[in-house]
Amino acid sequence: MSAMYARTVPIVPAAHGKDAAFEYLTTRKDELIGWARKFSIFPYPFVTACCAMEFMAVSASPYDTDRFGAALPRFSPRQADLLMVVGTVTHKQAPILLKVYEQMCEPKWVMAFGVCATSGGFYQNYAALPGIDRIIPVDIYIPGCPPRPEMVIDGIMQLQEKIAGSRHPIITDRF
Amino acid sequence: MDTPLRNPVRSIFETTLRDDSVVVNIGPSHPATHGTVQIIAELDGERVLRSDVHCGYLHRGFEKECEDHTWHNLIPYVDRLNYVSALINDFAYCDGVEQLMGVQITPRCRVLRTLLSEYSRLVDHLTCLAAGLMELGAMTAFLYLVMVRDYMYEHLAALTGARVTYTYGRIGGLARDLPEGWLARMEEILVQYEEFVDRVHVLVDRNRIFIDRMRNVGVISTADALSYGFTGVILRSTGVPRDLRKDMPYLAYAELDFEVPVGIKGDNYDRYYVRMREMDESVHMMRQLAQMLQSPALQGPINVDDRRCTFPDKPLVYREIESLINHFKLVIDGPVVPAGEAYSAHESPNGELGFYLVSTGSGTPYKVHCRAPSFVHMGGAHLMLDGGQLADIVPTFGSINMIGGECDR
Amino acid sequence: MADPIFSTLQQALVPAAGPATLAHGILVFMLTPAELQPAVRRLRDEFGFDLFLDVTAVDWLGQSPRFELVYHFYSTTHKQRVRLKARVDEGDPTVDSLVPLYGSAAFMERECHDMYGIVFRGNSDLRPILLYEGFVGHPLRKDYPKQREQPLVPYRS
Repeated sequence: MSAMYARTVPIVPAAHGKDAAFEYLTTRKDELIGWARKFSIFPYPFVTACCAMEFMAVSASPYDTDRFGAALPRFSPRQADLLMVVGTVTHKQAPILLKVYEQMCEPKWVMAFGVCATSGGFYQNYAALPGIDRIIPVDIYIPGCPPRPEMVIDGIMQLQEKIAGSRHPIITDRF
Repeated sequence: MDTPLRNPVRSIFETTLRDDSVVVNIGPSHPATHGTVQIIAELDGERVLRSDVHCGYLHRGFEKECEDHTWHNLIPYVDRLNYVSALINDFAYCDGVEQLMGVQITPRCRVLRTLLSEYSRLVDHLTCLAAGLMELGAMTAFLYLVMVRDYMYEHLAALTGARVTYTYGRIGGLARDLPEGWLARMEEILVQYEEFVDRVHVLVDRNRIFIDRMRNVGVISTADALSYGFTGVILRSTGVPRDLRKDMPYLAYAELDFEVPVGIKGDNYDRYYVRMREMDESVHMMRQLAQMLQSPALQGPINVDDRRCTFPDKPLVYREIESLINHFKLVIDGPVVPAGEAYSAHESPNGELGFYLVSTGSGTPYKVHCRAPSFVHMGGAHLMLDGGQLADIVPTFGSINMIGGECDR
Repeated sequence: MADPIFSTLQQALVPAAGPATLAHGILVFMLTPAELQPAVRRLRDEFGFDLFLDVTAVDWLGQSPRFELVYHFYSTTHKQRVRLKARVDEGDPTVDSLVPLYGSAAFMERECHDMYGIVFRGNSDLRPILLYEGFVGHPLRKDYPKQREQPLVPYRS
């Protein structure tokens, strides 16, 4: 079960056997793919609550996400690679969130937008899920209730650094 | 996944009405359902035979949370009900508590609350129209309206500290008074607003495509609207001039000069136009209120001078034992509200937003119930969707302006 | 505020439990569950209370009867509100539904049933609306702990 959710593999120094030239080439390949992937993020805006207002604001001027290549939302999970969970996820909504996450293809990243998605916010009761990382793995957490657009852009940039710095294997053992 | 996921809802129709009709599921994660609403529709080709609307995917337990907090501490929860026009929720709730306590707010506070309510109405209508037009494909109109809305957000952040959910209302007054130059900036924003809304009018009002998609679509009759509890823009679009600001005036509305725009047929185009006209009326009211705020008679305090609900000034809290104890009691126990019940309703952009408050004489409420217009409208949404086309569900739903936080509470 | 419709209503609707009271500008009638539906029908047909605003309940834990149903109505012609209250017992929290009279009663009664467990006789559709299928209990009752979660998706640990 946990193997299914392990996606990003950090770059580690070469171990036994592999020669330096091979490692150099794969690192450069990873940098190239990382650069391409970080500037062409297709978000799936899983929008639920008040953070949607700031999501709309960050997609429009003057805080445009199009500058980062992350403006075009793809409302089909098959075509998206960033699941932006915007707003509170309740227990009733949790099966839908999990279903959408599982339908997305690798590589995929998850952004928890707002404190309700991060930890449940100030809704600590029977109805709200105390953070989406109880059911899906999260790559970047953006706190705020709702977060200012500058904070969202900071989060996107940190996610871009994470994507750029991670390994992008082309052939895996599950190919 | 090893075990199949459990379905959180059960549809009301299991079998189809006809042999060749199809049951489709729209939502609850859908670009055009404005958050989390699920519509299970039975379709005959493109025509909707019947629909079953499921809300509740954003039920965050507002009422249960409120019973655990003091009357003051739950103002942030109240804010997040109708999160597009958060100030109106604040003021409607504070009005209810003030009725229970028998507190009269100061004249300056009354006028400022009216001004901010109209400001919130502007923001709500801008958001609704922007989202609705974007779903029809008019991306330019969305970008124009959201740009104006962003100016308003920054302006309100200069006053309250937050852009979207303000927590600015207080029992007996407001959090703070206007900063320097706020009213001048407001006038600049209103001029910009008029310019952008003119552009949207030019692009959209007499656009053949827009009229074809919105005229005679999502029609509701006056009798149906009243029976299903519709208030606000939807009821006014059917031709009934019912507006709480005129019928049961509260705050400073009795002193203002404004009209209540009414539609003709109760279709989507009427709701669009009623919202556009209501925004213009709000701007007119805001200009009158700004004039009133600058008059010498209204330069008094913002908070009522009542120890039961108003926090004492911080310098006094640090110097006098009485203020210290007062502050301590207000924070720890909450303002003591005498036992009783009250229902206070304001005219929110969606309709009648009511708060039914029950107190047993302590600093925490016994019950806080929000009468949400969006929830009641969802009960009658199937009237507007049935019989139309599948593609008409999107603009009709957009014109109902269902706000998830308010609908599901 | 002495509105003429209030005095008309006070004379016309004399419930068994006692005279009507005025609470912060709204006329309040205390009724028994049996006289609720006929009173509402009279309010709608004779007195013009055409908007059914809200139905909710208050859980007076420890008192008997435990639940107090609260209905609000608004008249677009008289521009006044009226509140009707009825008490139902914990053992048999049943009351007649207002679905035959007002369309908006359908959703609002579903919510009341979800949150408090009040059964509305005559409303054929009492599926959970704010909660989900499989939720056990009625959260707004005072004996339901606020933090008792019933997750649909098992946590990832």
